[in-house]
Amino acid sequence: MLHDVLVGTTQSDFERYLDAHENKSVLRFITCGSVDDGKSTLIGRLLFETRSLYDDQLGALEKDSRKHGTQGDAIDYALILDGLAAEREQGITIDVAYRFFSTANCKFIVADCPGHEQYTRNMATGASTADLAIVLVDARKGLLTQTRRHSFILALLGIKRVILAVNKMDAVDYQEPVFCQIESDYRTLGAELGIGDISAIPLSALIGDNLIETSANTPWYRGKSLLDALQAAALDTTDVSESAKLGFRLPVQLVLRPNQDFRGFAGTIAAGAVSVGDRVGVNGNAKSLQAQITAISRGTQAVATAIAGDSVVLTLDCEIDVSRGDVLTSLAQTPVRSDQFDAKLLWMAPHPLQLGQSFRLKLGTRTVNARVEQIKYLIDVDTQSQRDSDVLELNDVALCKLRLDQVISLERYSDSRILGSFILIDRHEHATVAAGTVIEANSSNNVRWQPMQVSHPERAQQKRQKPKCIWFTGLSGAGKSTLASGLDRALTDAGQHVYVLDGDNLRHGLTRYLGFSDSDRKENVRLVAEAAKLMVDAGLVVLVSLISPFRGDRDAARALFGMDEFVEVFVDTALAVAESRDVKGLYAKARSGQLRGFTGIDSPYEAPLNPELHLHTQGREMADLIGELLRVVNGNS
Amino acid sequence: MTLRARSHLDWLESQSIEILREVASEFSHPVLLYSIGKDSAVLLHLLIKAFYPAKPPMPLLHVDTGWKFKDMYALRDQIVAQFGVDLRVHKNPDGVARNLSPIEHGAKMFTDVMKTQGLLQALNMGQFDAAIGGARRDEEASRSKERVFSFRSASHAWDPKNQRPELWNVYNTQIERGESVRVFPLSNWTELDIWLYIQREKIQVVPLYFAAPRPVLERDGTLIMQDDARLSLRPGETLRTETVRFRTLGCYPLTGAVRSNAASVADIIAEMLVSRSSERQGRLIDHDGSASMEKKKREGYF
Ligand SMILES: Nc1nc2c(ncn2[C@@H]2O[C@H](COP(=O)(O)OP(=O)(O)O)[C@@H](O)[C@H]2O)c(=O)[nH]1
Repeated sequence: MLHDVLVGTTQSDFERYLDAHENKSVLRFITCGSVDDGKSTLIGRLLFETRSLYDDQLGALEKDSRKHGTQGDAIDYALILDGLAAEREQGITIDVAYRFFSTANCKFIVADCPGHEQYTRNMATGASTADLAIVLVDARKGLLTQTRRHSFILALLGIKRVILAVNKMDAVDYQEPVFCQIESDYRTLGAELGIGDISAIPLSALIGDNLIETSANTPWYRGKSLLDALQAAALDTTDVSESAKLGFRLPVQLVLRPNQDFRGFAGTIAAGAVSVGDRVGVNGNAKSLQAQITAISRGTQAVATAIAGDSVVLTLDCEIDVSRGDVLTSLAQTPVRSDQFDAKLLWMAPHPLQLGQSFRLKLGTRTVNARVEQIKYLIDVDTQSQRDSDVLELNDVALCKLRLDQVISLERYSDSRILGSFILIDRHEHATVAAGTVIEANSSNNVRWQPMQVSHPERAQQKRQKPKCIWFTGLSGAGKSTLASGLDRALTDAGQHVYVLDGDNLRHGLTRYLGFSDSDRKENVRLVAEAAKLMVDAGLVVLVSLISPFRGDRDAARALFGMDEFVEVFVDTALAVAESRDVKGLYAKARSGQLRGFTGIDSPYEAPLNPELHLHTQGREMADLIGELLRVVNGNS
Repeated sequence: MTLRARSHLDWLESQSIEILREVASEFSHPVLLYSIGKDSAVLLHLLIKAFYPAKPPMPLLHVDTGWKFKDMYALRDQIVAQFGVDLRVHKNPDGVARNLSPIEHGAKMFTDVMKTQGLLQALNMGQFDAAIGGARRDEEASRSKERVFSFRSASHAWDPKNQRPELWNVYNTQIERGESVRVFPLSNWTELDIWLYIQREKIQVVPLYFAAPRPVLERDGTLIMQDDARLSLRPGETLRTETVRFRTLGCYPLTGAVRSNAASVADIIAEMLVSRSSERQGRLIDHDGSASMEKKKREGYF
């Protein structure tokens, strides 16, 4: 097709042609389907037909087709997509591969995603940058569990537009009813998942029906060929900016300061547009943080206006404090400011998520510390049913509550794919362990936080100590209160400001209405933790002595505190030893059935997995134990 | 995600600039690998745009083999003078001491010592924690799966099974001391995009990309240009003057020329739109072994 344009054309025709090539629209899409639905054949053939393969690649392909292919001596288009040697041997694609093809008006970037079930994370990766998805279904099989799973992941990543490719129509004699049934099944699924824009195309990737041109084999089909549908999507400008309603947003990437007279803020515009003369704010519209745009440049060129997607440098009319991670914003619509939000998390690490564990969170150009405070519910990727869970494993998706160590600017993912998406990074191994999308920021609009003049650091400084919470957990009679009391003595003698919150004592007042059911125990721990948090905020060293038998409750307590403000001490005394002591006579009552739900007897104790200090008490002197406690407590400060 | 209001070249440019700025913000010792070819020319152009009006906050590194085309050295030196960039040149001293030659010692060994080992030496010496390269995903099968920020262990090894997932444009830049990343800002560009951008931005490239009468000989089915006297004729070979150009540039005895009349960027684009051979065909090094590029990457080749 390219020859036709070039051969025998005039110079100006060629210039026009060149111009078209310089000004293509871009469409990024992802292909998903189950193994053997014909995905590789489909994409391979699109590349072949758009002449995106070169002669030498074709030569290699013909050779490979004979060696590894499934099509006898004919070209196996599927092999074009096979990248890594190991994968080729296994015959499956296990990582996202990006492919390119173009027509005179459009450039396409295809994320080829694996159909293998284990690789949810790869599909999410491919979908995260895609505008559209091609979902493949084998006409002989109809919708499968994987179809539902893939579509759920598409919806999770905010893909609104799907082309349903009903493939292998040749194998069902091009019967219209087969196609219509699958289309209607998929529309039902799409409606359920919130995928609004669906078009279905009957295809044969192998033979080429409706791929580039509409086929005589499906006279009943009135729609576009696949390539035409893709081109139409690329040229469609209706959703130029999904975030238009947000107003201008520029997450500042870096501050350029080549000399005394120039201070420019560099970044890529995440939403909206900006013009010279506009007034903008830093993270909001506070009066003290407003300025006027004096110049905009794209590269070396000064421009009057820039829009979402442009990488720019802005200069302002006055010196305000702006650094990497801040968001320059329009004054009318400002970003959400929050340090806690609900997000859907896709867990991508081989080891499970531990509640309360701390991560680095990167959102836009901002990197902060974060914790997953709560798993609200896990979503089954196959059925979309919800269930409770304390852990997140590889490829699990869950709605979680996250808490950051500082307030940042963000948006809902449905409003901005840039300011509403983030990754979690392991603090030690630096692996990317999760991807998240912001569902709702809890900036609790009605109950406002009143700022106070005296800050937490100031209170701590006044007392010349590092405030923290030392949390003793263990069985009844393990020695928690004795140890807390001893540590209290030692620290107080050393001039520190300390207070002990003892579970038994608090049940005389603050928590006296609570019993010992699981939910009451949970509330008990929560109240004590909140009280401890206030005291730590006031600058005290707080010693909590509480059985707190459930890991989840303790993790939730931990999440209330700053990074090194929480020290979990596991007072580890064997049940037999604690029971033999039975200082309060409770074990006897529990054994005789007078007391129900007693920890260690008929209610479980979940030992900490990673306490800051694991104290084995047996055979050790009190002074020795206190010494060890002091070392950990002070070493931590 | 993608920006339809602007052309694909604007979109590509903007994305690459964002990546370059991310490197400058997040790493303490970044470096840009400059190999003088068209992709490097585009990278350098983007680097200057990304930090304008400030100077690029990172040096350029040329891993030299001593066997590049004369025209390449000339352009390199001119560019350094013109843009005032900090260019560092490294030539593997072991190879120099052994007087290695791509002609006598073979492409494989020469490339391994001068390019692969040379690069690792230079990266270690400079203690660079991020090395920016011009590789594109459309170049070769194993590259189609490459990340934009590609993590390398302390021994510079690339583990294809253990890459970090890369979602949206949120790049994980956290590494341990000694570890590093390779960064590919041109990941989403194709060879055609590169030439269209060179045309639009009027970027200067080595004249060898344009057809001209040149002294060539045919060896193992490849047209080799005699750039200096170190390449001597073997029995049966003759030197002819032919109108040829190069699609990629490397060490001259290892780089095949193609017969072509494309004498301008517009000609090259026109030729590309009808051409059916991929640019890597001219690189002798890719032909040994089918998954050879993947193997080289594991060993630290770019
Ligand atoms: N009859 C028929 N077979 C097809 C069609 N498309 C692909 N196939 C075959 O289905 C098998 C799996 O195709 P492949 O592209 O490797 O599937 P993938 O696993 O989804 O990438 C191969 O044997 C293909 O030849 C089609 O349209 N019709």
